[in-house]
Amino acid sequence: MPTELLIFYALGAGAVLSTAAMLLPTTGRNPIHAALLLIVSFFFLAGLYALLSAHLLAILQIIVYAGAIMVLFTFVIMLLNLSPDEIREPKISYAKMVGSGVALFVFGKLLNGIGAASSAAKAVDLTQQEGFGTVKDVGHMLYSTFMVPFELVSVLLLVAAVGAVVLAKKNLAYVDRPVPSPAEEFKTEGHAGHGDAAESDGAHH
Amino acid sequence: MTAFSFSPPALLPIIVLLPLLGGIINGLIGKRFSRQVVYAVGCTPVLASFLLSVMVFQGLRGAMVTDPSAAFRFEAYHWIVAGNYSFDFAFLADQLSAVMLLVVTGVGFLVHLYSTSYMDDDPGIARYFSYLNLFIFSMLMLVLGKNLAMLFIGWEGVGACSYLLIGFWFKDMDKAEAGQKAFVVNRIGDIGFVVAIFLLLAYAGGSVDFDSLRAHFSDSARAIDHAPTITLICLLLFVGACGKSAQIPLYVWLPDAMAGPTPVSALIHAATMVTAGVYMIARMNFLFALSPHAMTVVMLVGALTAIFAASIGLVQNDIKKVLAYSTVSQLGFMVIAVGAGAFAAGIFHLFTHAFFKACLFLGAGAVIHGLHHEQDIRKMGGLKAKMPLVNITFLISCVAIAGLPPLAGFFSKDAILAETVALKPEAEKLAGYYEGGFKRQAYAQAGVAGAEAADIAKVAAAEQGIRKQYIESVEHLGMWRKVAFALGLCAALMTAFYMFRLYFMTFTGAYRGDHHTWDHAHDAPWPMGSALAILAALSVVGGWVGMPFAHGHYNFFYHWLDPVLARGKELIEGELTPSVEYSLMGLSFVVASIGVFIAWQMYGRGVSEAPARIAAGMRPVYNALLNKYYVDEFYHAVVITPLRAVSRALFQVVDRVLVDLAMVRGPGYVLVGLSHLGRLAQTGEVQAYLIGTVVGVAALAWYLI
Amino acid sequence: MTAIPLGHILTLAALLFSLGLVGVLTRRNVLIMLMSVEVMLNAVNLTLVGFSRYNAWTEGHVLAFFIIAVAAAEAAVGLALVLSVFRLKQTTYIDDLRLLKR
Repeated sequence: MPTELLIFYALGAGAVLSTAAMLLPTTGRNPIHAALLLIVSFFFLAGLYALLSAHLLAILQIIVYAGAIMVLFTFVIMLLNLSPDEIREPKISYAKMVGSGVALFVFGKLLNGIGAASSAAKAVDLTQQEGFGTVKDVGHMLYSTFMVPFELVSVLLLVAAVGAVVLAKKNLAYVDRPVPSPAEEFKTEGHAGHGDAAESDGAHH
Repeated sequence: MTAFSFSPPALLPIIVLLPLLGGIINGLIGKRFSRQVVYAVGCTPVLASFLLSVMVFQGLRGAMVTDPSAAFRFEAYHWIVAGNYSFDFAFLADQLSAVMLLVVTGVGFLVHLYSTSYMDDDPGIARYFSYLNLFIFSMLMLVLGKNLAMLFIGWEGVGACSYLLIGFWFKDMDKAEAGQKAFVVNRIGDIGFVVAIFLLLAYAGGSVDFDSLRAHFSDSARAIDHAPTITLICLLLFVGACGKSAQIPLYVWLPDAMAGPTPVSALIHAATMVTAGVYMIARMNFLFALSPHAMTVVMLVGALTAIFAASIGLVQNDIKKVLAYSTVSQLGFMVIAVGAGAFAAGIFHLFTHAFFKACLFLGAGAVIHGLHHEQDIRKMGGLKAKMPLVNITFLISCVAIAGLPPLAGFFSKDAILAETVALKPEAEKLAGYYEGGFKRQAYAQAGVAGAEAADIAKVAAAEQGIRKQYIESVEHLGMWRKVAFALGLCAALMTAFYMFRLYFMTFTGAYRGDHHTWDHAHDAPWPMGSALAILAALSVVGGWVGMPFAHGHYNFFYHWLDPVLARGKELIEGELTPSVEYSLMGLSFVVASIGVFIAWQMYGRGVSEAPARIAAGMRPVYNALLNKYYVDEFYHAVVITPLRAVSRALFQVVDRVLVDLAMVRGPGYVLVGLSHLGRLAQTGEVQAYLIGTVVGVAALAWYLI
Repeated sequence: MTAIPLGHILTLAALLFSLGLVGVLTRRNVLIMLMSVEVMLNAVNLTLVGFSRYNAWTEGHVLAFFIIAVAAAEAAVGLALVLSVFRLKQTTYIDDLRLLKR
């Protein structure tokens, strides 16, 4: 068995196992553990990208996905001070079965599609093409053919940043106090001061 | 007025449309007029139509000098043109319609005049005159129609107006129901009429125009020569006539129709509408004459009706009911006449009957009006002192209807009875007409499809046999004429009796009502009185236009109608020797006199004991007669009750459940149920929604890719 | 030439995708759900990379690049939403977030 294939299997198994572990309510019960398992999974995936000559993507995967997005996730988890998921429901439930069934169905359909398409595919000989998948190659394409989408994506990121800030902002008047429900908030708005709405505290739990 | 000519044909639409105009004006805005204006708007069109009718009549007389079968025709416009069939709005004024025209407009005007006084305290006066005018319009359409379609339009119109007028005081449920009864029973007859029209359209060349029908049926090569079909058509037409002219079994509406105002009874149920059936048969004489079998049926039904109604009239105590049954009976006479082939005699009786019956009804109305709505003759008596004019006119009319010479009724009734026995169908001529039909039947009988030389003799023999069979059957019908004659004579006797019973009980003897009414009783005011006087005068002289003397003397009426009834006369001939004729006249006179005498004995000098004793002695018979042979009850049990039950069943089951519930509200309920089910999907659980989304996308991808 | 058959790559991607789907549909913690969505996006990226490798198709890499960018934006906004909702309901348990219920 060629080395490539072996490495592929190893990396693939790693990715699948860590993802599965993240999902299972046993190992993935603690949100922090889940996040870390996902990071591991991403690393395995980065390895796979590298194996498939997607050099830039591999690096980006590590820097952006594992390094930024998952860090963000971790921050939020820690901010919300989430404890491990309580046992609020039986492990096997009707909803879970339905959900799993649907996913299984989708998997089956995908396999169907794959089976038809892939058996005859032959990979291109990359010895002809130097620099496939390198920074230079992808970057060149990014800044020429895909210029507009590139700029648009940057705008999108700006918008997302602004949006995230706005959405997550605490109401400055209520420092360290939970924000009341909109109904109560509007009810008290007509009155003189902001300090009257203290009774909203126990309303929602 | 150069563009508009007053020639008689052009007058026809004006005659018809003037009453329509009056009716519309009074109907729509009459409520705002004062009473006088309503009277004017109501009476003037009819008077104008009458005068114009006289002009048409004179014009016709003039035209007949050069052409004995002249007639005025006016095509208004093409109404329906559908393939081979066409119906036009067209008017025909021939000799027959001219007579009817004068009767309708003349008597119509007198009734309008009378109504101005009779209905003087009624608030719905504009509505009344509107309906009355519309009735005249419909009747004129009927009479002046040039084809069966126009006649039928008028036919239906008079039925509708009759309903409106009978139920004029609709707030009284009984009266409204009487109107409904009249209309529904009429309608039953109309079914027969309509089917007959369809058959004629199918078999008589696609046109129902009278001229073309007459031409069609004169020539057997063009027309149908299948005797049973022609008999069927005639019988169906007669069914329609039964409904309109109140013959058995569709007469039941007429006595109930007395619920309407008395002038309405006079006009519609004595002089005009009920005569429409007789008119129609006379108009279609060329067709009826071709079927002696149908005519015999007609004659017998008429005879039975005459005697049946007369027997009921013997014991009735409501003044209008007596007159109603008398009308049914007299219509029976007219039907006997047209059934016997005496078309002219039938129309003549129609003519004279219009005068004396209208006079009788209007007189009764004057009595009712004078006694403030008292209608029971047991509470009347001795009124001649208080109402001399009414008394005289009523007496004259009674003499006329009893058939005493020299008043009108004598001549017409005598003509009917005489011709019933005298006439008989020309069997030979009829056989000649049906030759083609016999030949076809012979071929069928002899079992031969084509003319094979050896079998021609067989076919000819078969044809002779069929021909002989037909002629024999026609000859056999002769005996029924004697039956009809006998029944008619009995009915005449009864007529004389009950009319004079009515007269004596009302006008002579002692007054049997309450004195308050007596004190307020008054004679007829001038509009009513003048109408009565004119009609009474016509009852006296009206018969003189149709003196039936067989030799030499001029019978104006009969000769006048000759052109229209020619075909009928051709196929039905008869000879009356003078001796037979005179003896029959004598017989009529004697019979009438006997009737009057018996009435005088029983009622003439105050109500004697005799009636009560006879009634007690023959209690079952008396009760049967008083209750009109329980015919209405019979119809109610046999026809109406089952029909209502079926109706109710259909309503409960089909309408309520099947249609309403299942088809109308059902889908609504189903929809609501489904939406209740659909609501269950709105759980608010994100993952459930996600599952839905994923499944949907997967399915889509599966199907599309 | 590579020794890895395309089918293998695609199957792996499909497997990861389905696993991500299971996570989204099954787990009750909102954050875990979001993470599962990231897993699904990565599976798509893997498919793209596989096809690119086989056809020497650089556009695939570009598209994957964009996907990463968008995933980042989406994760940021999503987490901000989670924060907001948490402030309101004090929970990240999705069964409690049923404001859309009939």
